[in-house]
Amino acid sequence: MAEVLLPRKMEIANGPSKFGSAHLLHVLAVDDSHVDRKFIERLLRVSSCKVTVVDSATRALQYLGLDVEKKSVGLEDLKVNLIMTDYSMPGMTGYELLKKIKESSAFRDIPVVVMSSENILPRIDRCLEEGAEDFLLKPVKLSDVTRLRDSLMKVADLSFTKKRELETEHAYSLDSSPRSQLKRAKI
Amino acid sequence: MQRQVALVKQSLFDQGYLDEQFMELEDLQDDANPNFVEEVATLYFKDSARLINNIDQALERGSFDFNRLDSYMHQFKGSSTSIGASKVKTECTMFREYCRAGNAEGCLRTFQQLKKEHATLRKKLEHYFQMARQAGPKETARRPK
Repeated sequence: MAEVLLPRKMEIANGPSKFGSAHLLHVLAVDDSHVDRKFIERLLRVSSCKVTVVDSATRALQYLGLDVEKKSVGLEDLKVNLIMTDYSMPGMTGYELLKKIKESSAFRDIPVVVMSSENILPRIDRCLEEGAEDFLLKPVKLSDVTRLRDSLMKVADLSFTKKRELETEHAYSLDSSPRSQLKRAKI
Repeated sequence: MQRQVALVKQSLFDQGYLDEQFMELEDLQDDANPNFVEEVATLYFKDSARLINNIDQALERGSFDFNRLDSYMHQFKGSSTSIGASKVKTECTMFREYCRAGNAEGCLRTFQQLKKEHATLRKKLEHYFQMARQAGPKETARRPK
């Protein structure tokens, strides 16, 4: 019985990590500059990310707010995996957006990267202290984006694999299979 | 024709109108997005025209709100940096320094220079893009699909 189950379980456990429905990192980019929005959008698309771009922190919060409502209906497509925001924006700044996101129980786990054209150390410190994943100097490089994407995908891979391991163990513990077969099921 | 396009582009770099950021933009072009750089440039000139207008009006009013002017210039510098407009960026930096020093005279002088550089860059880029389009897609597309 366990022998039949084994290959299938292993296949699932070895499968690719999944983000939403399209296996892509969904990034929400926030910048009040039209030129910079176009640029970051292109950088992210070239890096095989799914992109949503908004022109203000307020709109970003609105988008995430809508996301929560729709999420309850099960639309995984809209789930945001990373937020990249400009620091200096009129109205709510990127720093204030960062704070709001980290204060929210629903979104605090979403990594937030702050971008700025100004290399001001206290500013960088402040953002990192507030929980920013990273601080990038503009103009952002393609290598910055791919580095970010790779490290986030790795984290997701690990958690996905771990999840599958636990599920596999659990499934096998329900069988009356001997322990040696349980060992083989783990990746 | 394509060689001419390459020469025109090289001269823009040699004369300091453009910096490496422009090349970063070109690297993002591919067969599916062959006009990306021109699209960004179009956006840039639309944006910067608006900013120049705002600054012109602010300066004409005579009352020098240096904070406001600096804020406009921060935006201007930002987008100029993103497109690789090197000379324009330099003028923006100088303008901001005059703002911080509260030097109205310096601001006015620098702004005139900035407008000149901006207009020159616009003409040169328009010429470059026109030539590139005539030469055919091979010249502009950099990233293989």
